[in-house]
Parts: sequence; structure tokens; C-alpha cells
Amino acid sequence: MESLYITHVCKIQSQQIILNDKVVFEDVESADLNSFLKNGYKNQAYDYAKFFKMDHLSKLTFLAAEPILQDQDDKNIALVFMNRAASLDTDVKHQQSIQNKEAYYPSPAVFVYTLPNICLGELSIKHKLQTENCFFVSENFDSKLMYNYAEYLIRHKNVDKVLCGWIDVLENEYRAVVYLVEKQGEIEHSRNELEQIFI
Amino acid sequence: MENLKTELKEKIIDVLNLEDIAVADIQDTDALFGDGLGLDSIDALELIVLLDKDYGIKLTDPKEGKVIFQSINTMAEYITTHRTK
Amino acid sequence: MKKVYIHQYNYLSPLGNNAQTNWEALVNYQSGITLQPKLGNLDGYYASVIADKTIDNEIETFDTNKLPRVLKMAIAALQPLIEKQRITPNSTLILSTTKGDIKALEQDNLEEASIPFLAEQIASHFGFRKRPIIVSNACVSGVLALAVAKRMIQMDMMNEVYIVAVDEVTEFVVSGFNSFQAMSFEPCKPYDVNRKGVNLGEAAAAVYVSANEPTKNSIEIVGDGSINDANHISGPSRTGEGLYQSIQSALNEADITSNQIDYVSSHGTATLYNDEMEAIAFDRLALNQTPVSSLKGYFGHTLGTSGLLETIVTCQMMQNKKAIANLGLEHLGVTKPIHVLQKHIDLDINYALKTASGFGGCNTALILKKV
Repeated sequence: MESLYITHVCKIQSQQIILNDKVVFEDVESADLNSFLKNGYKNQAYDYAKFFKMDHLSKLTFLAAEPILQDQDDKNIALVFMNRAASLDTDVKHQQSIQNKEAYYPSPAVFVYTLPNICLGELSIKHKLQTENCFFVSENFDSKLMYNYAEYLIRHKNVDKVLCGWIDVLENEYRAVVYLVEKQGEIEHSRNELEQIFI
Repeated sequence: MENLKTELKEKIIDVLNLEDIAVADIQDTDALFGDGLGLDSIDALELIVLLDKDYGIKLTDPKEGKVIFQSINTMAEYITTHRTK
Repeated sequence: MKKVYIHQYNYLSPLGNNAQTNWEALVNYQSGITLQPKLGNLDGYYASVIADKTIDNEIETFDTNKLPRVLKMAIAALQPLIEKQRITPNSTLILSTTKGDIKALEQDNLEEASIPFLAEQIASHFGFRKRPIIVSNACVSGVLALAVAKRMIQMDMMNEVYIVAVDEVTEFVVSGFNSFQAMSFEPCKPYDVNRKGVNLGEAAAAVYVSANEPTKNSIEIVGDGSINDANHISGPSRTGEGLYQSIQSALNEADITSNQIDYVSSHGTATLYNDEMEAIAFDRLALNQTPVSSLKGYFGHTLGTSGLLETIVTCQMMQNKKAIANLGLEHLGVTKPIHVLQKHIDLDINYALKTASGFGGCNTALILKKV
């Protein structure tokens, strides 16, 4: 059985966007996460107005995945993501809108993001990926599950590539690590290698 | 009604997160949905919340929204007639 | 590839605190959906809600006051399975939920609202040694969790899997669905021309899944697919693309054609768009003559539980040779001809198809086979 490979790793942490070990954007001065995300978007001159309707989780997902997906012609890319906080960052906002009975205005644009898998939907829509999707929640990155699930999809479900990631955000704490698994490459897709990426 | 129309444009840009659009970009007669401003079904629901929150208008039938939200003009007319705030 | 089976199941709902009691209620066309008292700003809405006493009665062995209600529900569903089937160091727990203990946010308690925290409490209550796995993928979570279990058993990553699915009817979710104008203010009517939206519901369900030797009651999971529409985050594809491809993927894996499916347990939430989308997908797959029903008229839409709950009821239909009707349908109101059951029928179901769809454009299909 031939190996699969990890190609392309994009990380977002400590106000940096790092693609394949190279810092492509840095914004030490942004006051908060919202500004950092907006500046990250503008820096890459993306042309996707829907970005501004997204919540933090989807914006972070977009900025971490786009550098990898924008160069992919293949549409047969499955999406498998994981995080700890699920959609809590947005859940808190929805809760705030219903906390005060005198000013009770729940917003559908906020509520739709109170599910963590929406970030997968956003990527699917932008890149027309009619493919396998799955969102897992876990206290920490579960390399065993991610390794096995990505392998299964390529080996048994006619999937060409799998975009995998850990995208976590809660209030101003965030971390995104996204990587592509495919049939050709140099770095072997293995649990060890995955754990190296996450250090 | 001119103040109301400007106010509506500002609110729509804010509430619907229309980042690269300015008040001057929205004409009173522009179609808000479909080809014009390109708003979608979630935006329509948000506008229903806006009517309630800022103008005290509760739409009993959401399908009325299709007619009311055709343009800034139709919105301003409806609000002027029905507002309770 | 290893054959993977559902060997045991259990669930609690407003219709009963175990699978058998629920089944008898379904056979009698009983519904758990009732008019609810005012919640937040919402009055006069219908939902299917479990009496607190029912939950507390199931776990009377320790101090129940301190535990979150959603945790109690999960424990109550899983407990009978674990009494039958002792946990080993190799047992894996999979939790399916959309919101977990979201009520904790009313007290600003982010720790209690954490879904991994909930999974950990369930795992440690029963003594699971391996780290729990959590599938949180909107309303397909329950079906997807079954697919994940089967797939990972086939990868030899796990063998004895307990899946528990749970979600509550909360102000958080009710207010949200209402802001989408997606809730009906009468009992829901899946596929009906006058359907006006969902009734929310709550339930807890659990299954034991493994590649172990089947008994005559085991049901094999022979195929699955979980494909995104890539259309819109809250509205389904007008051509049912993701659902169509999910079912096709499951059929290919099971190595059968759609005319071998004896019964379809659909998602049927009673919104205008969902039910229409499903009819289009089923029509594209030539499933027009196949008996179909949604169970939402009995249980309401139980969110993260719905996929697992409805799969279990499908297993009961297979074991009892009886297909349960789609409660709430009077006049078919979808643009494609599909055979939605208005009365229960005696039916020998060898292959059943379970489908689910959800926010974010997700769709999951599962094919079940009698042993």
C-alpha cells in the first residue's frame, strides 16, 4: 500500500500567517483578533466580500485554507477539521442577544455560525468542493483520528486529497494549523509527522 | 424621508457587514436582492430583525419582506407608514 | 473490509425511557410533540420535551442534582448498553452533539459549555480509558458518528465503539430557529403542502457498534457517504446535489442499486426547502416507489441526536418487519413524486437507507442491511 504525503502547511498563530515555514503576513500591532483577521484578508488582496459576514472561526479557516486551496485545480478535496471550542466564540454572541428580555433580538446571521461545521461549508461554497466533510471536537489535536480518517477517505472513498486542520478560537485566543494530504509529495503522512507539525 | 433613506443605507451596510460599500454606492432605486446589492436569504431575515429592533415593526408574514425590501425607497415608505419607534 | 454491525441500542424520548416503550408508542401513532410554555420571547410553539422526572428516574443511583441535565440524558441512554456489554480498555466512546451543555452559557460558564468537557464526564462516569471522539457536524452528526465508527473500525483504529448522541431543547436553539422563521407554530407536517417548519425535540440515544460476530438482531452498516452541497450555509442545494452524491457513494460502497433499497428513513424536517430538496434527490435516484418516512412528527427535530435516534428506529422497523408512517402528512406538497407513507405498513426491509442534512450544506447517508 503506497504512502500518502503531507504537502502545504499553513499556520496562524501569534499574529502571523506562516505558509510552508515562511511568514507571509505579520501584524504585531493589531489591537484585537478582528483587526488581525481583517488586515490578513486585505494583505492578501482577496476578493471575497462574504468574508466580512463570517464569524471568527470561519474567517480564521478562510485565511488558513485559502493560501493552499487557491492553487488547487482539483476539486476532489475532502475537508476534515477539528477544534476544542467548537463554535463557542460565536455561541457567546448569540447568548448575549437573548440574555436581556427587554432587548431580545436574536440575529440569524450570528445564529447560523453557532455550529462548528459551518467553516467547512464556507470553504466548500467558495471552491465548489462537493466532497466529504467532517468536523470533530477534541480537547487536543487527535493525530491518531486525523491520520486514520484522512487515510480512509483517500484509500476507500475515491477522494484525491484531504485538507485537514485544527482551527480553534475562543475570545482572543486562537490557533490554526491546516495541511493537505495527497498521493504525491515528500513528507510522509504519518502520526509522527503530524505531531511535528503541531509542536 | 431623505434622512431615513440615508439612515437605512448606513444601517444596512453595518448590520449586513457590507465592508467595501459606502452610502453613496447605494441608489434609492437599486435592487437590494438578486443582481443589485446581491443580498441573500440570511440578509433578508436580518432586515426583518432590523425592522423590529430599530423601528418597532413586527412582520407577521415573512413573505411580505420580498415586497418591502425591494429597494431603499420601498423600505423607507413602509417604515414611514408602519413605524412605532 | 471488515463487516461492521450495530449490535445493541437504547434511547429515551418523551415517548418512553427505553427503545421498546418508544417502539410501542410509535406503533400507536403517538407523538411527543406538545404545546410549550413561554420561553424567552417565544409563545405558543410546539416541541417534544422530556419530563425531568423521566431522566432522573433512570439514574437514581447517585446524587443527580449536581449534574447538568444533558449529561444525565446521555448517561441514561448509554447505561443499559454498558450493563449488558462491559467496557474494556479497548472500548471507544463517540459523542454526537450540536450544542452539548449550552445552557451553561446562561451563567457565563464557558467551562461547563465545553463539549470536550461533557464528553470527558460521560467517559469517566463509565470508565472509558481511551480518549473520547466527538462529532459535531450540525444535524447530520448522529448519522455521521455511525459512519465514523464504521470507517475507523475498518481502519483497525478501534473495535468496540459506543456512540451516544444527545441535545436538549433550549432557549438558545429555540430563539435561533425562530430568528430563521424556521419553526412551525403547529405540529409539524413533513412533506405536506401546508408544512410550515420544524418542531424542535430532545432525546438521547446510544448504540454499540463493532466488527464482532453478529447475532440475528444485528444490523450491518454496508455503506455511507457524507458530501457537502457547496451551495449555501443555511439553504440546501436546489438540485439536492450533496444528498444525491452521499446516497450514491453509499450505494456504490454497498454494491447495490437504488431499487434494492426497501425503505428510506429521511430527514424530513418539514421546512419548505429541506423536504423539497430531499424529494428532488430521491427522484434523481429513482427512489419514487420506495416507502419513505420522516420520524420528526413523533420526536420533533432532535438535532445532534436525530441521526442516531432515527437510525435506531429504522433498525427496529427492520427487526419488526414494519415501516412506520410519516406522521403529519395529509397532502403531498413536493414537486417530485415520492412514496411517503401515511399509514404504517408491514414490510420486509432487507436494505434501508437513512439520510440526514444540515446547516453548512452537509448531508450524510447510511445503508443498513439485515443480517
